[in-house]
Amino acid sequence: MTYALIAVGFSLVFGILRLVNFSHGSMYAFGAMIALFFVGMHVNVWLAILLSIIITGVAGVVIDKMALAPLRKKKSIPIAGLITTIGVSHIIQNLLTIWFGSQTRPFPSLVELGMVDLFGTRIDARQIMVFVVSLILMGILTLVINRSKVGLAMRAVEQNPKAASLMGIDVNFVISFTFFLAGVSAAIAGGLIASTYNLVFPMMGFMAGLKGFSAAVLGGIGSLHGSIVGGLVVGVSEAMAVVFFGSAFRDSMAFVILVLVLIIRPTGIFGKKAILKV
Amino acid sequence: MKMKMEPFNRDFITPIEQFLTKFRIPAWVLLGVFLLALPHFGFNTFIMRLFIMIGIFSMLGLGLNILMGYTGLVSLGHAGFFAIGAYTSALLMVHTDLPFLVTLIAAAITSGVVGGILGLPTLRLSGNYLTIVTLGFGEIVRMVIMNWRSVTNGVLGVRSPRPVMFGMEFTFANHGFYYTMLVLLLLTGLTSAAILHSRTGRAFLAIKEDEIAATMMGIRITRYKILAFTISATITGVAGGFYASLMPHIDHDVFTFDVSVLIVSIVIVGGMGTMRGMFLGAIILIAFPEVSRFLMEYRFVVYGLLLILMMRFRPQGILGWKSRLPYNLPKLVQKRVETGVQ
Repeated sequence: MTYALIAVGFSLVFGILRLVNFSHGSMYAFGAMIALFFVGMHVNVWLAILLSIIITGVAGVVIDKMALAPLRKKKSIPIAGLITTIGVSHIIQNLLTIWFGSQTRPFPSLVELGMVDLFGTRIDARQIMVFVVSLILMGILTLVINRSKVGLAMRAVEQNPKAASLMGIDVNFVISFTFFLAGVSAAIAGGLIASTYNLVFPMMGFMAGLKGFSAAVLGGIGSLHGSIVGGLVVGVSEAMAVVFFGSAFRDSMAFVILVLVLIIRPTGIFGKKAILKV
Repeated sequence: MKMKMEPFNRDFITPIEQFLTKFRIPAWVLLGVFLLALPHFGFNTFIMRLFIMIGIFSMLGLGLNILMGYTGLVSLGHAGFFAIGAYTSALLMVHTDLPFLVTLIAAAITSGVVGGILGLPTLRLSGNYLTIVTLGFGEIVRMVIMNWRSVTNGVLGVRSPRPVMFGMEFTFANHGFYYTMLVLLLLTGLTSAAILHSRTGRAFLAIKEDEIAATMMGIRITRYKILAFTISATITGVAGGFYASLMPHIDHDVFTFDVSVLIVSIVIVGGMGTMRGMFLGAIILIAFPEVSRFLMEYRFVVYGLLLILMMRFRPQGILGWKSRLPYNLPKLVQKRVETGVQ
């Protein structure tokens, strides 16, 4: 389910910029580590996560302004943006390693709920909490995008940036806002995961990022509810792979799904048909 | 920005290019003698190993360049081909008595075939999506290596013996590795140049510039794209096979996504679609972590910054200018063009 939260971040940015944001995985780790930093300063866990959400969101905007906005202004080739995000991800990951050390650290639980019986299986209540929180967040995000004025502007920019700017929409602000939302969702995912598994480490973003990305592609990149379904499918198929093939195959499932989806139906489950302009 | 760059290029680079073309033969001979004499300057093994790594990554760069620079298809999974080449060669050397040359060819063929198969999805995909497929491919190769224990020995990796050629074992001491690297690099370079100046190379360039126009000119773009994938993977496989012989031990951890990114970075930093750029890119990016040791753990931060700044200020690569010298068509074609005879 957390893959869904990460996938949303990818979807948001890809939808608007047509850019695969490779730094998103490290944003997720960044969010978790910042939260841990505040916890280390004896701040309440909830407050720590809230602070980290804000900081990560701002960091997203900063990255966009510093690294990506100049590229857009120059109208450079798409691969330039891709490489830039890879560079950004390098920087974030290594800075995290330098500041916090590369070891795995414990992270306090948000709430201690114990185990719950659900349809005859015992599930850690925290996982249900992650699920519920993710759903609520998706609901809020959907509301923001479909009902608010900024959301309207986002959808307009997604369809046609030039036309949107002619209609008086500040395209750069919308893009920054998108990066803010992406950062926020990454930090929430990071905080939730960290408190569920009680672990954080600087490199946690890499695999999670790639898997979240697979989930985004599966659901149809650029579509929010697609991300939820994609995240669920990736998560469930990983669990299935562990049961049927052994734990070694866990990490490969996401990529198998990714490649299959791209070959069979590149637009994903909920993706819109892209019209090839000639 | 771009307008400012152009006059700089015209005034500064064209004379150098003309000069180099005029004195082409002495320049090549000089370079050849220098490279042949390099091991005898008394560098230690560490430096020699660095030179060899630069050579290997130049090959990888040349391989990816055919795909990325000429045909315009971006691959983030070349570590996968690199791994396939390395494992094919290493496993053949361990389990059979085949000579090194044969295992190297086998590595090239295996990698090339897989490349061709991976090229098939290009029938349906383009741009970003293709890049993503190659990324997934790279990771899947790594997972297969980790999990196919009966063949690849899983996470433990493979110990490969030192290669023997003409009754001589390759070591660092007798510079066998260095000279093998030179020969392979020369072969890859010549192949690249030959492809670029052939009908195939022109087809690749046409596809990169405009797929629809290329189709209109009668170029079967699907076929050429698969061909580009195959050639690129073959070259990468050779580099992998040689790498396996160089390292006493290879495992899945060598062929990560970071390696794919490194190869892409070499192509981009050097200058996409140029051969000269691959060598410079490899020198810069392979030597960088070594010469910047004084930066301690900050060097990968600087590496990230380097990539961002490159993209910001010179996205076409350090040596990525367009040559203003006339393109030399093959004599036969030239004659046809001039006389208008079909």
